[in-house]
Amino acid sequence: MTGELERIIDDCRALVEDPSYPAVRRWLADHPGGKVLGHFQVYFPEELAHAAGMLPVKIMGAGSTVQIRQADARIAAFVCSIVRSSLELALAGHLDFLSLFVIPSICDAVRNACGVWVRNFPHLPTQVLYFPQNAASAHAADYLAGEYARLVQLIEETTGQQVTAARLAASIAVFNENRRLLRELYRIKRETPWLLSALEAYVLTRAGGVMPREDHNALLRRVLALIPQRPAKRQDRIRVVFEGGYCEQPPLDMLAVIQDACYIVDDDLLIGLRWLVDDVATDGDPLANLAWAYLHASSYSPVQHDPRKPQAQMLLRRLREAGADAAIVAAPKMCEPGLEEQVHYTRALEAAGIPYLVLEFEETMTTFEQVGIQVETFAESLLFEFA
Amino acid sequence: MTAQAQELVGATRKESRRLLDGWWQAMTAAAGDGRPTAYVFVMGSFNELLRVFDFVLNFPEITALQTAVRGQSGVYLQAAEDYGFSPDICGYVKVDVGLQLKGGEHPHGRVPRPALVLATNMCNTYVKWAEFWEHHYGCPVFVLDLPAWRGAGAAPDPADPAFQRDRRYVEGQLRELIALCERVTGRRFDIDRLRESMAETNRMAALYHEVLALNRHRPAPFNAAREGITYQGIANLYRGAPEGTRFFALARDELRERIRLGLGTVPDERFRLLLAGTACYTHFKRFVELFEAWGGVFVLSTYMIFAGGGFVPGFGYDLTRPLESLAEQMLQAAWWGFTGAMFYPQEWLADAVRDWDVDGICLHGVKSCRTTSTGLPDVREWLRTQRDTPGLFIQSDLVDARLWSDAQIKNRVDAFFEALAARKAGAGR
Repeated sequence: MTGELERIIDDCRALVEDPSYPAVRRWLADHPGGKVLGHFQVYFPEELAHAAGMLPVKIMGAGSTVQIRQADARIAAFVCSIVRSSLELALAGHLDFLSLFVIPSICDAVRNACGVWVRNFPHLPTQVLYFPQNAASAHAADYLAGEYARLVQLIEETTGQQVTAARLAASIAVFNENRRLLRELYRIKRETPWLLSALEAYVLTRAGGVMPREDHNALLRRVLALIPQRPAKRQDRIRVVFEGGYCEQPPLDMLAVIQDACYIVDDDLLIGLRWLVDDVATDGDPLANLAWAYLHASSYSPVQHDPRKPQAQMLLRRLREAGADAAIVAAPKMCEPGLEEQVHYTRALEAAGIPYLVLEFEETMTTFEQVGIQVETFAESLLFEFA
Repeated sequence: MTAQAQELVGATRKESRRLLDGWWQAMTAAAGDGRPTAYVFVMGSFNELLRVFDFVLNFPEITALQTAVRGQSGVYLQAAEDYGFSPDICGYVKVDVGLQLKGGEHPHGRVPRPALVLATNMCNTYVKWAEFWEHHYGCPVFVLDLPAWRGAGAAPDPADPAFQRDRRYVEGQLRELIALCERVTGRRFDIDRLRESMAETNRMAALYHEVLALNRHRPAPFNAAREGITYQGIANLYRGAPEGTRFFALARDELRERIRLGLGTVPDERFRLLLAGTACYTHFKRFVELFEAWGGVFVLSTYMIFAGGGFVPGFGYDLTRPLESLAEQMLQAAWWGFTGAMFYPQEWLADAVRDWDVDGICLHGVKSCRTTSTGLPDVREWLRTQRDTPGLFIQSDLVDARLWSDAQIKNRVDAFFEALAARKAGAGR
């Protein structure tokens, strides 16, 4: 049974590292005429697409799996890698399966890059989804429900399928289960990190963004049944929260290097797939329910301004709830919101007397000696301090 | 030159200095006497509403660029980087952080603390910048959501239910802002004062468009980079105020006089250019010189649109329903004047090439501003392949002198003009 778990994790790793999106292509082969909606980071209400019978797929860069050949001629320097590599995937034909592409309004680089997508792929409807940055406004929920309705109309035009309230409710139920299963996965990682490493949890989570959610739910259910049977033993390592993986993703080997030195007991890696922290109601108006959940029952990130959820305070809360000893505060190169947030995070951590390590990364990194040395030194110094 | 001409030529420059000095005097006084100051940005103006409450208005983008023009931005950048901000984030933000850390001390005067911060989502960096002030001062921050350009498709149509839905959202937020302003200042909202200010903006916007259109003349009476920056500055600082309207009436009159006298902004205009993107303030004079050395003049820029108020063609507030109209025009500006002009400008640029008789486009990307710069290489490519319009793409920065490479930029500019000259010779022009 342990062998089965290892195989599932390996399969998930292979899936997330494959720029040809094999699970998407299998779904298309099984669903002739099926349509795929691609969405960029951070969060997208995938239920909207699912309810029309579309396959929602998260486009989150290509790491070092694809060489940038064409995108650099389209995008200015000083822009983060995930925007470039996502465009490269499309220019190189890896995303030829997309029928619709949605870009949430998370940052300036990607909003401007929407123009690049529209100019280069005139056959592919590409839209910006404007999430409220005035999240505390009394009018924000109505606005957001309206924005979702606008996208539903586009989805209906693309698929020829009507997105009824009943279909949306059914889709919400599927994604509610997915989020519950992911919360359970994270609970195990938090409470018994020796049973499930951060890297394993990561590939298991990320796989959900590139495969049908029903399949991902079945996979997670099986994984959760197998994990308790692992013969792993607790080790003497410091417990850290990794913060900074909400958009551009750190290379898998970077996570491996970090987890060699400490337990990553919580993180914001691919937080968009876990954005909603509770079940979304399935009765009533589904679009209103999804909008309400985005605004009132959601996590946090540097790209969502919400005075009710100041990011630094939310990080401290995450550390407390995870029983973490320290934080690794990371940001991708050239990431304006991430790099700016780092300053507030570190000041809050200092004020709270919580040790932290600041890292910068790029999804295309291939050498990690320096990161390894930094993390090892950091972890050892804390073990010595806590001893 | 006649006496009238003598009086007019140069008058705009003189008046702009007086107005800028006046603004700095008001800010420095507010820094001393604590008069409520609102921090605002150029994309998404709240001027008309804030004037009702007599706020002093600080424009951190303008104060930042002024340090760079004075050759002093490096000191502020260093202070912010020592504080912890990355070298890779917006230089405007860092110069302002440095300025705040130095108690508001600026080469032109003193910047007061904010009583209120207002941002829009036209630039996500505005929001992060506002969060810095929130941390530093504990002041209220209001972010106005302006749903804007969403992808290819028709321009926002006020008759469209989707537009009206957006408009209701913006209007609702503006009403929330009014309540906040009342709390911050202790003053009651006066809708008649709002109307007055909006009427003033109507007049100013019409004049602004007149000024832009005068540059269709050959030779162009002003440079959209050099004089354009002044026009943008005044359009932001004095929007909704009678001084702003008078300024643009004067600018229009001076430009008409220049045209009458045959005074072009360069002695021998050989190439007419568009500027897409922002300017480089640390080397502002040098930037313009590199082009003028070839007889090149910027006749228009996207900068004068997205940083000049985003006035859509035919702009005009409906004073019979001021709040609704304010919301509508903000949305129109958001779609056309800000995000459209930055993210999807190619057809507007192609039309401007035709209407302003343009030879080529300089697309200037800056490290500090992904909002304006990210897709510029692609815009250039589109214009080259779809409209046979020559384009030059160069990169530097707004306020960070470390990113200006004179030899490299001069080399590229010279090569661009050599190609333009050859093209003209080939076309027998």
